[in-house]
Amino acid sequence: MSMFSIFDISSSAVSAQAQRLNVVASNLANVDAVAGPDGKTYKARQVVFQTTPMGDDSAAGVKVSAIQESDVPGRKVHDPSNPLADADGYVTHSNVNPVEEMVNMISASRSYQNNVEVMNTAKTLLLKTLQMGQ
Amino acid sequence: MLDKMTNQLDFQGHALLLRAERQRLLASNIANVDTPGYVARDMKFAEALTAATGGSSTMPVSQESRAGSYGTTDAGHIPLSGFSEHSTVGYAVQTQPSLDNNSVDMDHQRATFMDNAVRYEATLRFINAQAKTMLSAIQGQ
Repeated sequence: MSMFSIFDISSSAVSAQAQRLNVVASNLANVDAVAGPDGKTYKARQVVFQTTPMGDDSAAGVKVSAIQESDVPGRKVHDPSNPLADADGYVTHSNVNPVEEMVNMISASRSYQNNVEVMNTAKTLLLKTLQMGQ
Repeated sequence: MLDKMTNQLDFQGHALLLRAERQRLLASNIANVDTPGYVARDMKFAEALTAATGGSSTMPVSQESRAGSYGTTDAGHIPLSGFSEHSTVGYAVQTQPSLDNNSVDMDHQRATFMDNAVRYEATLRFINAQAKTMLSAIQGQ
């Protein structure tokens, strides 16, 4: 029954979007992280989506192929009184852009909802198909 | 005699299979709405149904006569039984260009998905009603 693979497709998308939400959450949690003594600070992470075949070529799921760290330089704030400040008095924060992350979060949550709706519709149709001839 | 009774059911059965196939394509499109470079797939339902039922719009031809047209280029090839749904699968037309070359239009896909779901249910009801009609004809009451 080909309709059963809708659940595979949509669940792959739901789990990919959930992973995206996880990454957004860790980015937002570290938005104010300051560089430690080694000078390295938290780097914003992004998921990379990739189409993955499900059974045959007409059914395409999605998977997270990689999680990339952003190379944007960290935000520098002049704060000489901070013990973590460098020789010029600058403190390096993480390179997370909170606006970007919020937009990412809304997009991920909408896609998640859409895929759940797809699964619900497929379930309704399959249940009706089971009742065929009754 | 039995052929006359099941012809109509056969037609609706093909339609139901194609609706399920299209539903799966649309689910793939919705799943890949955020994948860079993904190209949306879709099918022309009328053409797919015509191909599946062997050219006739209401009365399907028998299995043997249409099986030969799929995937055989030599007389020695064994023809496929049933129809090949992939022969009619194409690519959806992009409505707005996007930076990541993804051609899925979410609003359009959702609308089409719901439309296809309703039509799937309609086909199911046709099948159910036809089965009931046949049963009452057999019982003759």
